[in-house]
Amino acid sequence: MTEIPDNLLYTETHEWVREEPDGSVTVGITDYAQDALGDVVHVELPELGGEFVSGEETCVVESVKAASELYAPLTGTIIEVNEMLESRPELVNGDPYGAGWFFRLMPDASAARSDLLDHTAYEEIVEDE
Amino acid sequence: MPYIPHTHACVEAMLECIGEKGVDALFDEIPESLQLDEIEGLPEGQDELTMLRELKALADLDIPLTCFAGAGSYDHHIPAAVWDIAGRGEFMTSYTPYQAEASQGTLQLLYEYQSMMCALTGQEVSNASVYDGATALAESVLMAIRASRRAKKAPRLDVLAAAGVHPHYLAATRTCVFGQGINVRSLDYAANGITGDDLPDDDPPIALVVQQPNVFGRLEDVDRLADWAKERDVMLIALVNPTSLALLKAPGDWGREGADIVCGDGQPFGVPMASGGPTHGFVTCRKSLVRQLPGRIVARTRDTKDRTGFVLTLQAREQHIRRAKATSNICTNQGLLVTASTLYLSLMGASGLREVAARCHENTARLAAALCEIPGIKRRFEGPFFHEAVIELPCSADEVSAVLARNAHIFAGIPLGHWYSELENCLLVCATEKRTEAECERYVEAMRSALAP
Repeated sequence: MTEIPDNLLYTETHEWVREEPDGSVTVGITDYAQDALGDVVHVELPELGGEFVSGEETCVVESVKAASELYAPLTGTIIEVNEMLESRPELVNGDPYGAGWFFRLMPDASAARSDLLDHTAYEEIVEDE
Repeated sequence: MPYIPHTHACVEAMLECIGEKGVDALFDEIPESLQLDEIEGLPEGQDELTMLRELKALADLDIPLTCFAGAGSYDHHIPAAVWDIAGRGEFMTSYTPYQAEASQGTLQLLYEYQSMMCALTGQEVSNASVYDGATALAESVLMAIRASRRAKKAPRLDVLAAAGVHPHYLAATRTCVFGQGINVRSLDYAANGITGDDLPDDDPPIALVVQQPNVFGRLEDVDRLADWAKERDVMLIALVNPTSLALLKAPGDWGREGADIVCGDGQPFGVPMASGGPTHGFVTCRKSLVRQLPGRIVARTRDTKDRTGFVLTLQAREQHIRRAKATSNICTNQGLLVTASTLYLSLMGASGLREVAARCHENTARLAAALCEIPGIKRRFEGPFFHEAVIELPCSADEVSAVLARNAHIFAGIPLGHWYSELENCLLVCATEKRTEAECERYVEAMRSALAP
């Protein structure tokens, strides 16, 4: 059974979003996404300071059978990336909501958080797939 | 009759299964303005006999000439064993070896090919080939743009070609990249036929392409060009003749840091000139760029019983997985020609290849010197060259080479006026290791009488 923590927000494209006390958000891919991808062998992280519009491609995650993009869940600037993934991409599979996080983004003031899904809405999407 | 093995009934059944009315619906995504109903100038189909008669008549126009032309396709000796082995059914009929358990022979051969190309070019990884040298350059340019951090923020995607990059290669590259907004600009050659002092001081391009030897056969000052690129965070693409690497510095050693990407045409290694094709292109690069490298890559690995084996690797770059976002959408390899090149290199060995390269240089040097003793002929560009040289005649090179072909059955070289109007009287000549002293003498005599008053 796929794990969907209730303290996180989600996107339709299977990113999870955690709101941090400083106003930034941490982003990764969900348990469902890592399971669908299979063994992750390479992660290409976004550049620090990179500015993205909500829905824009930020970086690439590659598994033995597929490669797919991570999209920016909100409009903002990349303020930290999980460099550990460059040498240990398997963390994405082993701990998708913990050590397998991808990047931290500081949303613009205008960023529309209301577009993000809560865990029940995301669960419905996963069940439909 | 179309060579499509689907009967009308098959097509109907498939359409019904996917719920479409007609085949045209499958091409809906292509805007109507881009769809062709018929191709202009394409003649009606012919029966076999008529077709053979027409092709035979065309083939008969081709007179056998002793070849002193190069410019990208070279008349080297190919040991008989090369095509005897390459022509075996196991190599001849194999396609992309997706199924590793049934393709170990092909995969091992491709792995050996990649290893040899890495050694020759001084790079860490190689693909299993692309179509030809020109598309290898186009792919290298696209790869450099993808790999460059500067490209992501640049207002314009400019690529600079040093002087003397083959005009056909530039044209093919522009065709492949203009749609992505990439602009390829070329520098003019200096008086000595190589890149001069006009490298731009500011506003550096994303990538610099350097051909060595350049289209005139001249040796570029590659260390200077490589360092210029490195100092400005410009990706360096080396376009090389692989035979020359037996004598010249590997692109991985150019300047302080070497080239980032190396590409070229594999034709000199066991592939016949065959009126210009097919050949195969090679691309090698630093390991850090491997995820941007297009085409098949074969890797060595171990199976479940710990035996050495070979597989296609890093396939998430390719279009059967990555679809529209693949590193290339012409990601195939030229398997059979690569087979020939691998066999050629194995048979020649390092010393054999050095000998071929050295003899080509000596033959061309001797021929150019002999031609320049004829009154009115001189070398166009001073300075070192590999196995091609530009000579300047007192009259149109086109006309003289036509006379030599007709009267002496000699292919005198490539008249350069078609590419550079100011070089109308210039001829690019090449004498490979295949050209005998007698053939060279015959060429010089034919030239002397063609120019005689």
